[in-house]
Amino acid sequence: MSTATADLNPAPAEPAVNYLNNSYGIKSWLLTFDHKRIGLLYLASITVMFLVGGVAATLMRLHLVEPQGALFEPETYNKMFSTHGIIMVFFFLVPSIPATLGNFLIPLMIGARDVAFPKLNLMSWYIFITGASLALYGTISGGVDTGWTFYPPYSSLYSQTHVVPVAMGIFIAGFSSILTGLNFIVTIHKMRAPGMTWFRLPLFIWAMYATSLIFVLGTPVIAITLFLLALERLLHVGIFDPAVGGDPLLFQHLFWFYSHPAVYIMILPGMGVISELITAFSRKKIFGYSFVAFSSLSIAVISFIVWGHHMFVTGQSIYAGLVFSVLSFLVAIPSAVKVFNWTATLYRGSISYEAPMLYALGFIGLFTIGGLTGLFLASLATDVHLNGTYFIVAHFHYIMVGGAVMAYLGGIHFWWPKISGRLYPDMWARISAAIIFLGFNLTFFPQFMLGYLGMPRRYAVYPAEFQVLNVLSSAGASILGIGYIIPLIYLTWSMRYGPVAGPNPWKAKGLEWTTQSPPLPENFEEIPIVTEDAYNYPAIEPHEYPNAPGVARV
Amino acid sequence: MMALLHSALCNLAMTMPFQPPAASSTAQDIDRLYLVLSGITIFFTVLIFSCIFVFMVKYRRRKDDEIPIATHTPLLVELTWTIIPSLICAVLFVWASALYVRNGRPPASSVEVFVIGKQWMWHLQHPEGPREINELHVPVNVPIKITMTSQDVIHDFYIPAFRVKKDALPGRFTSLWFTPTETGTYHLFCAQYCGTNHSEMIGWVYVMTPTDYANWLAGGEKSESLAQQGARLFSQYGCNNCHVPEGNGQAPSLVGVYGKPEKLQNGETKVVDETLIQQAILVPNSVHLPNYKPIMPTYQGQIDQDQMLQLIAYVKSLGSEERNGK
Repeated sequence: MSTATADLNPAPAEPAVNYLNNSYGIKSWLLTFDHKRIGLLYLASITVMFLVGGVAATLMRLHLVEPQGALFEPETYNKMFSTHGIIMVFFFLVPSIPATLGNFLIPLMIGARDVAFPKLNLMSWYIFITGASLALYGTISGGVDTGWTFYPPYSSLYSQTHVVPVAMGIFIAGFSSILTGLNFIVTIHKMRAPGMTWFRLPLFIWAMYATSLIFVLGTPVIAITLFLLALERLLHVGIFDPAVGGDPLLFQHLFWFYSHPAVYIMILPGMGVISELITAFSRKKIFGYSFVAFSSLSIAVISFIVWGHHMFVTGQSIYAGLVFSVLSFLVAIPSAVKVFNWTATLYRGSISYEAPMLYALGFIGLFTIGGLTGLFLASLATDVHLNGTYFIVAHFHYIMVGGAVMAYLGGIHFWWPKISGRLYPDMWARISAAIIFLGFNLTFFPQFMLGYLGMPRRYAVYPAEFQVLNVLSSAGASILGIGYIIPLIYLTWSMRYGPVAGPNPWKAKGLEWTTQSPPLPENFEEIPIVTEDAYNYPAIEPHEYPNAPGVARV
Repeated sequence: MMALLHSALCNLAMTMPFQPPAASSTAQDIDRLYLVLSGITIFFTVLIFSCIFVFMVKYRRRKDDEIPIATHTPLLVELTWTIIPSLICAVLFVWASALYVRNGRPPASSVEVFVIGKQWMWHLQHPEGPREINELHVPVNVPIKITMTSQDVIHDFYIPAFRVKKDALPGRFTSLWFTPTETGTYHLFCAQYCGTNHSEMIGWVYVMTPTDYANWLAGGEKSESLAQQGARLFSQYGCNNCHVPEGNGQAPSLVGVYGKPEKLQNGETKVVDETLIQQAILVPNSVHLPNYKPIMPTYQGQIDQDQMLQLIAYVKSLGSEERNGK
């Protein structure tokens, strides 16, 4: 097991001109139209947001070590979990892979010099920063205590906190998502290199395409919803107020119409990343390319018609419950198909275990658990018991942290040599991947048990019989926190001191690995011509075995 | 040594239970489904983890320049792992839905308890008259229907030991039902975040033997039943001047209307339920009936939530009297 693969090759020299050194100074970054630099601007800004959300989570878990609450008054605790949810969902998870890796990689992967609308791309980042600043202002100046779900009439009439600035922050950041989605859709349609047909696209591009569709179709709805909420608070128009004929459940319908597809905004890009990682580190074609590609699209479509499963206990009609339940089961199928195809890709591969692969394998395991526990919640009868408890919290963290964040970190590790031109110490990266995997499970597995026992979520104090499991969960969270800090340190270190990576340290397929690392400002010297399918790793046909040379064992 | 370990494990099991008490007629059915779901989860998780583990070891890269053997994608394999999960999902859907539909229909013999959620307490009202705060006393083996509403924000009435939960919404009524099967004391939680002291909006459910329950009822302060209190309000507010039982007044008779569909002036047909009665009292014109003049004034701000429940109970009692009479 080598330190990455650098020592197998003669040390490559750093390219003389690349997108990082072609201009210097703060202005060259803040006014850049280069998709790669914009990707890095996003990377820096969402890392800050992740730290803010992470600190809130750490404080929450510390507080819950004792049944009466160890640190805060309930009011403060409520602000803490609201901040954690809002920052993590809207300002970290939603933009995470699309805005960083998506921006950086889409043009490189399809053989283009930039995205279709470079100026719009920079504007998206400024819009995001405006929204994020407003939301941060709201949380720091006094906080918000509605939870990330903002259910009225609590959020509209009763909460005394800074709901409007935070809701407006999300409203504004939404436009960044819409514009990014639009940019990606046009880029993928119009900017593919000659020969890059739809079915030669890397699966990451398919996943980004599906995600962009949800961005464009779903985000306006959350924007409208939060805008109405702000109107309700400021002018009391009454749309969600039952006292004047409004309907508080209308908000929940509108909110989940976006926020359920938003779950897939968070996980689909992760699935795309995993397809790249699994193939690269087993040097195999993906098993069932078209099944994986179309499952992304069907997830994107079905995700728009399952929102009612968040409302099984609101008193919606039994028939609505039945319809949303069957649709929710339906969305499980393409996810299962993906898991099976990834696992089958490993079969007869040539598998190595650098850090990105460890993240990818961790993703498959945790996503499997997260997906299967979703069946408990699609099942109407069990959902009645588990809805609103820690079971839900555990389930969606398995998807969003065990899934989306693992994939994000795996992707960052995989493409880091391309982004920075440097290698990081692989042993440290593997150690931190293992720490994250263990810490994650210790944090969230006990929460499944807590939920089944009946502990409701968002409780600042709780009955003493739940303490043991809560302490376990908090212990896990502190391990998880350490696991997240280590990569931050060695990745930063590697930018200056890491060995030079060379264009393709993993010997991976894909156009992004055919150009230098870090890439030229215009990505490619010449636009490549694509003549082969994605993941066309050398392989020996079964009938040629065992006479072929250099073959792996069966 | 073994004894020590045994007692340590027993202590752990006491401080850290793995299963909530199952104390209602539906709890064991839900648990059975939960168990099967857990089995499916464990089966597929173990399957995927062991495949990954076996492949990781068996197909690990031994030389950097080795070339693996190609695998192709047989359609049959893809179909197999699409169809099998689909069938499992279909079975789960039917099973869970059948249970849910059954649990959505209270038996006709249910005793109805009214619940008002307000920041941050549960206010419960028995049909016989007694009121409770954050405590609910019920007899064992009697089906109980909880009809609830909220005075402010959305709350959620949750009794884990009974595996039942329902949102309490402002401006409308929702309900759930259960038949307690084990005497004992069980948690009552608010399971929908409702503001600062959400986690203190908790209480206890006491399931009692019929004798204990009768004693408890008798021990409380004597009060009229909910419907009797409603009848008094009905004449106090002058409702009986127009809503004459014989049906020849300026407003429709309310005898027997509960649970029946009514055609409204605006063409809609609505079943008369708790929400509609409340709406009729607060915003009369919105549920105005044809053939009557829209002369009823609103009682918004005059009638509080408790009185509303009493009036609703009275109107419902009119319905049952008529049914009993026939």
